[in-house]
Amino acid sequence: MNHRIELYLVIAAVTIYLIRMLPMTLIRRDIKNPLIRSFLYYVPYVTLAVMTFPSILSATGSKISAWAGFLTGVILAYIDGNLFRVAICSCVVVYLAEVFFC
Amino acid sequence: MNTREQNRTWFFKGMKDGIPIAMGYFAVAFALGIAAKKAGMTASQAGIMSITMLASAGQYGAITVIAGGGGYVRMAVTTLIVNLRYLLMSCALSQKVDPNLGLRHRFLLSYPVTDEIFGIAMAVPGRLNPFYNYGAATVAAPGWTLGAILGASAGAILPQKVENALSVALYGMFLAIIIPAGKKNRTVAGIVAIAMMSSFLFTKIPVLGEISSGMQIIVLTVLISGAVAVFFPVREESEGGEPGEP
Repeated sequence: MNHRIELYLVIAAVTIYLIRMLPMTLIRRDIKNPLIRSFLYYVPYVTLAVMTFPSILSATGSKISAWAGFLTGVILAYIDGNLFRVAICSCVVVYLAEVFFC
Repeated sequence: MNTREQNRTWFFKGMKDGIPIAMGYFAVAFALGIAAKKAGMTASQAGIMSITMLASAGQYGAITVIAGGGGYVRMAVTTLIVNLRYLLMSCALSQKVDPNLGLRHRFLLSYPVTDEIFGIAMAVPGRLNPFYNYGAATVAAPGWTLGAILGASAGAILPQKVENALSVALYGMFLAIIIPAGKKNRTVAGIVAIAMMSSFLFTKIPVLGEISSGMQIIVLTVLISGAVAVFFPVREESEGGEPGEP
């Protein structure tokens, strides 16, 4: 089956807007159900973890630089936690690893 | 009621606080643009995706579906699952604004619900003036969009090593969200480790490896979050959704 990118973009845009818009317009109280609250609380961490690993290992030119970038990200995120510093430092380490080891 | 003068003040304050966000967005969006290009998208498609979605993980998920040729239903479901946290944030944000805030503002305020803009908006003392978010979005959204367009078009001009290095920016940002959360909460640390090992196994086990990565994200997220929610529910507490110790 052939899929049109334009239609993908429309579907993604509408879906993500609805996710943001519906609670804002409909819900004016806190969600009380502990199961739903817990599920919604854990979802982002699982999603981001699944998307990061092992995809990151094949994102660069070699396994060595990828592992270097991944470990830098994990360690720096643990110590520092600043989104953009962690992102930039991982990039720099990958670059250096590619220059020197690959 | 907010006067026009107050609205203007909040708008400019939002623009000022949006500058560092825009700079960070630019770098990460550049990496997203490269990923979009690899998935067969044009620079203008990457730009349209960025300005309409304004989401890092969300767009990465969407690009994964496009790259894998998944169906339209999968695109909707992936977008829903990957961006579920925005549902939570919008819930929280709806408590932060004036309960009498009009629908028009609620529609507008819903567009720039991102990790960073949500973060600075929730840090505002007292009720939130929506113009603060509009100001931040006015600066941050162009930075995000421009980064993606340049990434998709100029990404090819960059030396291969630089492009490889930039591809990691997005993952670095993801790690900076999940690792500090795991440091604070042992349950989160556990599910992050389980999630990574599971997705690793998915790529190694012959039958599971054939499931597209967009589908893997959905299945693993629902299974793991669901199981953990049942066995380690977040303890009822004050707002912000910080879970109690298990």
